[in-house]
Amino acid sequence: MTRPLSERAGVEAALATVVRDEAGRLTAALVRLLGDFALAEDLVQDAIVAALEHWPADGLPTDPAAWLLATARRRAIDHWRRQRRYEEKLALLVREGPSPEHADEVDDRLRLIFTCCHPALSREARLALTLRAVIGLTTREIARGFLTTETAIAQRIVRAKRKIVEAGIPYRVPDPDHLAGRLSEVLGVVYLVFNEGYLATVGSSPDRRDLADDAEWLARLIVRLLPDQPEAAGLLALIRLHRARWATRFDRGGRLVLLRDQDRSRWDHGAIAEASALVLDALRVARPGPYQVQAAIAACHAEAPSWEQTDWRQILLLYDVLLRFTPTAVVRLNRAIALSEGVSPAEALVEVDHLESELSGYHLFHATRGELLRRLGRPDEARVADQRALELTTNPGERLLLEERLTHPLP
Amino acid sequence: MLLLARSDEEWEALSDEERDYPAIARWFGELAQKGVLTGGQELQSARSATTVSWSDGRPVLTDGPFMEAKETIGGFAVVDVPDLDAAIEIAKSWPATSHKVEIRPIVPH
Repeated sequence: MTRPLSERAGVEAALATVVRDEAGRLTAALVRLLGDFALAEDLVQDAIVAALEHWPADGLPTDPAAWLLATARRRAIDHWRRQRRYEEKLALLVREGPSPEHADEVDDRLRLIFTCCHPALSREARLALTLRAVIGLTTREIARGFLTTETAIAQRIVRAKRKIVEAGIPYRVPDPDHLAGRLSEVLGVVYLVFNEGYLATVGSSPDRRDLADDAEWLARLIVRLLPDQPEAAGLLALIRLHRARWATRFDRGGRLVLLRDQDRSRWDHGAIAEASALVLDALRVARPGPYQVQAAIAACHAEAPSWEQTDWRQILLLYDVLLRFTPTAVVRLNRAIALSEGVSPAEALVEVDHLESELSGYHLFHATRGELLRRLGRPDEARVADQRALELTTNPGERLLLEERLTHPLP
Repeated sequence: MLLLARSDEEWEALSDEERDYPAIARWFGELAQKGVLTGGQELQSARSATTVSWSDGRPVLTDGPFMEAKETIGGFAVVDVPDLDAAIEIAKSWPATSHKVEIRPIVPH
């Protein structure tokens, strides 16, 4: 019997949360037990697909972890029967059987995360593998998230797992000398997952997986596993701050609402306070990094009572720090916006114009110029810039805002 | 196997000092001392290559490399290390930073 799609989507979302809590943990434990990353990952994926098939009809099992393990174990037995190593391997599973409270869990899960995010894998491979092995998404969900086919994602994962084996990518947590560097690769993957979710909000199908929620969950997991790493806390705070302002980013017509025009009473002020405290704690460790600084900037915005009462001087200082970590043209563009508020639009325009050669293909460069030119009383040039921004943007919410600007320019 | 890729043209334009052979010798020396080095050589430019291929089962000689490219394999080093991370560390320490280092695991036979 098939349920209506919307209802099934709701059930799937609830189940997905349970799966997410258990799947990565199970994969991590099975890899340790079996010493075979590719196999363990396949077994758990099969168990997840089976769970999403059975649970909506049969109800949630009292112990989802045990259910997934039992299913994975059955699949393993099928696998080894074919492989003729049945007795020996089965003995291992029966004797040890990964229990969720295993003392090595922290290491197991970290090993899994660091392997999936190894810098020798392509960005796409890291994303797909992390979503599947660590977060427990099915291939179908990943394909939906990236608007591509299941076959494409399946191939990507097969290739990534083959590379792990053939290239000798080690299954371990990096040693202390390399931990910070490798962690920033991991956090990069988490942030990519978040951005996929963040950008997809408009025009996405209602049953599409909320990747931003997955990213927050994963960031939280990493903070729990590596409590001494302030950048992990910084990223979690940054994600929470963005999500606290989630609801006000678009109006009912799907048009992008700029930060200055957002209804701040609708922000999640509880979440903002928590995330701000988190980033302050992280900064006290005195090992600043790009995520902590971005979170601090986001916190300044989130805690300001209005656009006008924002602490622009503080934000400018933070951008100067951020530029030391990520000296990119996009960061300089964002700094220029703070400069236009904290100092003057004229100075900001000078800065922005310096970025033309690097950012001439970036819609927000032209949108920012348009805004500054309008404020400087140069409406004709502003129109040209807005027009150029419109030509370059594909996001429907941004398009609506720019079209509105062009047809109804403010006096 | 670390394949050391370079632009022959750019490499040949450098003087021996600019190529800094002592640094390269040190690099090989340190690896040998650690006992991880099992072989390595610099190669003449791809211009010197002769390629053997087969046409209907008969060997055919071609003057030149099997693939024309701006960057070619200019040398190699074979190291015996436990995993990719160890190989990446060694590759990152290669002194000639105008090169590229491709890491390729060897198939054991």
